[in-house]
Formats: sequence, structure tokens, C-alpha cells
Amino acid sequence: MARSPWLVVRRELNPWQRSMLIGMAFILPLAIWCAVSYVPWIWHPLVLVDQPGESDFLSTGMLIDRQSFLEENAKLAAAKQAIATGSPSNPIFLPAPHKVLIALYTSFKTPPLRRGEPWLHESLLHSIEVIAIGFSIAAVLGVPLGILCGSFRAVAHLFEPVIDFIRYMPAPAFGALMVAMLGIDDGPKIAIIVIATFFTTVLVVAKTARMVDMSLLEAAQTLGASNKRLLTRVIVPAILPDLYNDLRILLGSAWTALIVAELIGASSGISYFINQQGKYRNYDRVFAGIIIIGLIGLCTDQILAFIGRFLFPWRGTTNGRFATSIWTTATWPVRMTALPFTRRKSP
Amino acid sequence: MTEQSPSARFRQIRTRPVVLEAKGLGKDFPRTDGGTAVALKGVDFTVHRREFITVIGPSGCGKSTLVRILAGLEQATTGEVLVDGQPVHGPGRDRGMVFQGYTLFPWLTVTQNVMFGLRMGGMGKDQAGREAMQWIEMVGLQKFAKAYPYQLSGGMKQRVAIVRALANNPRILLMDEPFGALDPQTRMQMQSYLLQIWRNVNVTIIFITHDLDEAVLLAGRIIVLGAADETHPGGHLTEIVEVPLSPQRDVSVIATPLFQQTRARLDALIHPAHLVPAGGDHLPMLKMTEAGDEV
Repeated sequence: MARSPWLVVRRELNPWQRSMLIGMAFILPLAIWCAVSYVPWIWHPLVLVDQPGESDFLSTGMLIDRQSFLEENAKLAAAKQAIATGSPSNPIFLPAPHKVLIALYTSFKTPPLRRGEPWLHESLLHSIEVIAIGFSIAAVLGVPLGILCGSFRAVAHLFEPVIDFIRYMPAPAFGALMVAMLGIDDGPKIAIIVIATFFTTVLVVAKTARMVDMSLLEAAQTLGASNKRLLTRVIVPAILPDLYNDLRILLGSAWTALIVAELIGASSGISYFINQQGKYRNYDRVFAGIIIIGLIGLCTDQILAFIGRFLFPWRGTTNGRFATSIWTTATWPVRMTALPFTRRKSP
Repeated sequence: MTEQSPSARFRQIRTRPVVLEAKGLGKDFPRTDGGTAVALKGVDFTVHRREFITVIGPSGCGKSTLVRILAGLEQATTGEVLVDGQPVHGPGRDRGMVFQGYTLFPWLTVTQNVMFGLRMGGMGKDQAGREAMQWIEMVGLQKFAKAYPYQLSGGMKQRVAIVRALANNPRILLMDEPFGALDPQTRMQMQSYLLQIWRNVNVTIIFITHDLDEAVLLAGRIIVLGAADETHPGGHLTEIVEVPLSPQRDVSVIATPLFQQTRARLDALIHPAHLVPAGGDHLPMLKMTEAGDEV
């Protein structure tokens, strides 16, 4: 195979290059994290005291910045006392990867500190439930309104200016109001997610609906489509793939809102877990919690992207590069062995 | 069958029922500076049943505006369009249209695209499917009946677009530079297909083009539009040319003297002598090659 250049404007890379880069996207940050954690002369601004010597200021297990440690040792040495020993260490808020990995496992296995508090998996399920309800409400209301805004100027003029106005208000600002109206349980949390996603949904979907090629609408009109049919038989089917992708992106913003929403009223869910672990200074578990959110987001998004490949066969193109890449890599042995016996279907 | 003389043929065509009538059509567009731009002014013509009319003119003469008014996609500022004596308000199934861009619905298969108009007209799914299939077979695309538009070539897409419009059994088929985006080979093939379709389907065609050969090759009559000049504020009707070629023609007619004469006459109408710049087509070129490097 001829060597393909890496940097050509808008040129598609070959599958090997693509898989490699997607892999690197995850490996590189991980490698930096490992380097900072495990190579003693990179960063490590603190010293973990192993034995305090004859110092009456240091104690075993104490974290102290390197400068103070050296000064203390110099003082001890000058007084001809036994000096302290220690090893370079990072601040407590940057746990090493293996600790986070262990925490990822132990977080699920550790019972809650107080009776009646939820286990991590229960917190997670609760978060997902709040997201699912809030996002569904926003989508069920926002998508039709968005389509109407994108299709009818009258509806757009009536709704879009005020929606644009409200959209700029941060959803958590409604927190106190929502607690007053809906109590302290899941009500205000769901409401915050609805507020955070509904308005954006309307505007994004309206924009998508406006992108429908005017000539398709005109063609449909000359074929006898009424106003109502233009909406149901042209605009809606035309935007479905883009709508699907819009909702994927909006689901991401729902997660952003969730973290604040869960701290409103009676805290709950994954962000309660993260906050709580932060209070106990279990930063490895804080990292674990954050990573869990990222993994859930990435997985749902890529699963949806992968499903999207099959929902719209008329597109001829695929989306969901990451999932596609995994799919091509995973099925490579099968496809390679099957290749001589199957001929690719071409229209 | 003996060939009638062209004049006798056109006399006979004028006795056929009038399908479409344009009366004093004009269209103004608001300009961004607050004034109005005249796109079209005072266009009158009459189209009889089963005629094939091409509309030609320089760019900016309002060809597309005219056909869009006929389709009902634009409202005329002045004048009116009558189809079978009834004034036109908005688009309708009696005027099918084929656009220059590919306007097949990408989410529908070829069959579903052709069924679209029939279904809009209230026909049941099974019957619409059967009728659509007949049209698809007529343009030789039965193998692609279940294909999606992205799987078709440009020529195939336009064949589907033509039968999609025809399936509705329109009184008039309006075509706005439908072959403009096709390569010359495919274009010629499509012209041949279109002539065959026109001879065998009960339909009147108004066809916009900027290609002189295409205009003469296809048309019984040619509506020549002119762009704005000293005497006209906007696009206007210059002349209606009757093409003295037999309707039973095919693409080979291009080589005949009669074709070339008609084409030359049309060329003179569209590019009148007083509009040709002094000095003709010569650019003020400097010699930039080395001596002895003549091509």
C-alpha cells in the first residue's frame, strides 16, 4: 500500500491511520497521567514522609512540600540529629491511575457510610432515571415545536425570540424556584434538566428543519402536497437523520445540567456520590465517578451512532466514526475470511 | 404518411384546444436598496394541447421566473396564467415540474418517489404502486425500482423525476433546465428519451434551457426571451419562433441544414449585433511565451 500522508485538508485517512489516531486520543492523555504519577522526577512537588527521624514537626505519612522538607532536614542535620526520609509524591487530588482503577471497582463494592444512603449503582441508576425523564420531556415538547418553528414563519416569530431570551439564563438559576414549586425530591432536578435542554432543543431542531432543501418542498408542492402533507411527508422524513444526531448532542448537554441539578434540594445520584467522596478526600473515587459519567456518555452516544447507521439506509453515508472504527476492527477477521466467498452488493 | 408543410402543421396546431395562456405576465422583486427590480414584463403567449415549447434567452432574462410563475411557485406581479381557462393560484397537480437540481426525495425508493404524487392525489397504496411500476418500466429503470436516489446516476435521477411528474397525469409538464447538470453524452440521451416520451404520452411540455441546440432539437415552437436593455426595463418576450422540423425527429436532425438555419436565426435573436462588444471576442492579450514556442 502506498504511504498516505497524515495532514491533507479534508482528505480521508486510511482505516489503519484512523484506528491508530482514535486509539492515541485515549492512550496519550493516559500516558501523560501515568508519567506524572509514576516517574518520580516529573512534577511530584510534595514529599511523603516515610520516617520522621528526630524531627518533632514531621510525622510518618505526612505530605509536605519539598522545600519545607529539605529545610527541616537541613535544620536536623545542623543540630546533628537523625534526618527524616521521604519519597517524592503528588498532591492528594491527583491519585495514580491504578488507584483510580481500583477505586472504580471498590466504589461499587463499598457499602454506603451511613444507613439509608444509596450504593453507587443505585445512585447511578437514579441519575440515569432523572436524565431519561427530563430529556424525554424536553424532547417530546421541544422537537415538535422546533419543527413547527422551522416550517412556519408565524410560529417562529411567536416563539423564537422569547426562547432565545430564556436560553441564555443558566438552568441552575431556576433551582430555588423549582424547589419552591416542586419540592426537594426529583421534581426540581427533572425540571432543571428540562429547562436546560428544552429551549436549545427547539432552536436546534428549528434550524435543522430550515435546512430542508427548498426545492424538495417545491417539488412536493407541484406533485400536489398540501401544507400539512409538506410537514408530515417531506420535512419530517427529510430531517430525521439530522434530528437523531441533534438529540445525541443534546443528550450530552442534559448530562451537564444533571451535575448541578442533583445538588439542588435533596442531593442524589452520581454527583452526590462525587461530592460526598470529595468531602472525605477520597479523590480516587471522585475521579472514578467522573470517569463513570464520561464512560456512560461515550457509550450511549456511540451506541446511538451505531444504531443510526441502520436507521437511515437511504443516506448512503455513515456517521459514528468511533463506533464504525470499533465495528470494522472487531469484524475484521470475519470479513477477511469471508471476503473470497462473498461479493459486495452494489446497486 | 406524408409530411405536412411546416406552415400547414402550425395552422393545424393552432386549432387544438388551448391548454395554457400567459397574459401580460410581469414580476418585480424588491431590491435591498428599497427599489424594485423588474424580472419579467408583459409576457404573452398561448400553448396548445400536445405542443413542445422551449423557452430560451440569455442569463438574467427571467426564464426561471417565468416557469416558476407558470408552476405557481411564484406569484406574478402583473397578469395571469390560465390553465384550461382557469386562473392559476399556487402549485397544483395539473402542472408537473422537473427541476434542474435533483429533487427526488432521498428517503424514498425510486418506486416510492414515483408513487408520491399519486398518493397525494388520494390513490391507494397498491394501485399507486402498480401505476408507478409501469412508469418506471417505461423509462427502463425496473432494476432500480427499490434503489434509493443516492444509488442512481444523474441521468437516471432525472428520468425518475420526469416520470414522477408524469405519473400525476398533469396537463402540462414544466421543465426548468432539467438536463443542465448532466454531461453532454447523458444529456443527448436524455433529449432523445424526452422526445420519445413526449410523442407517446398525452402531455404538453414547456422546457426552459439556455442551450441553443437543445432548444431547437426539442421544440415545436421556441419562446425567445430578452434581458433588460434600453427599451425594456426587464426580461421580455422577443419573439416566438416556429421550428420548421418534423416532430418525428431524433438527435441526428442536428446535422441537417434546416436545423442549423433555425439555430443561426435563434442565435441572432439572442445575441443581437448591437450587443456584441466592439472588437468581437478578442482579448487584449500580451505575448507572454518565448520566441519560437508557437503552438
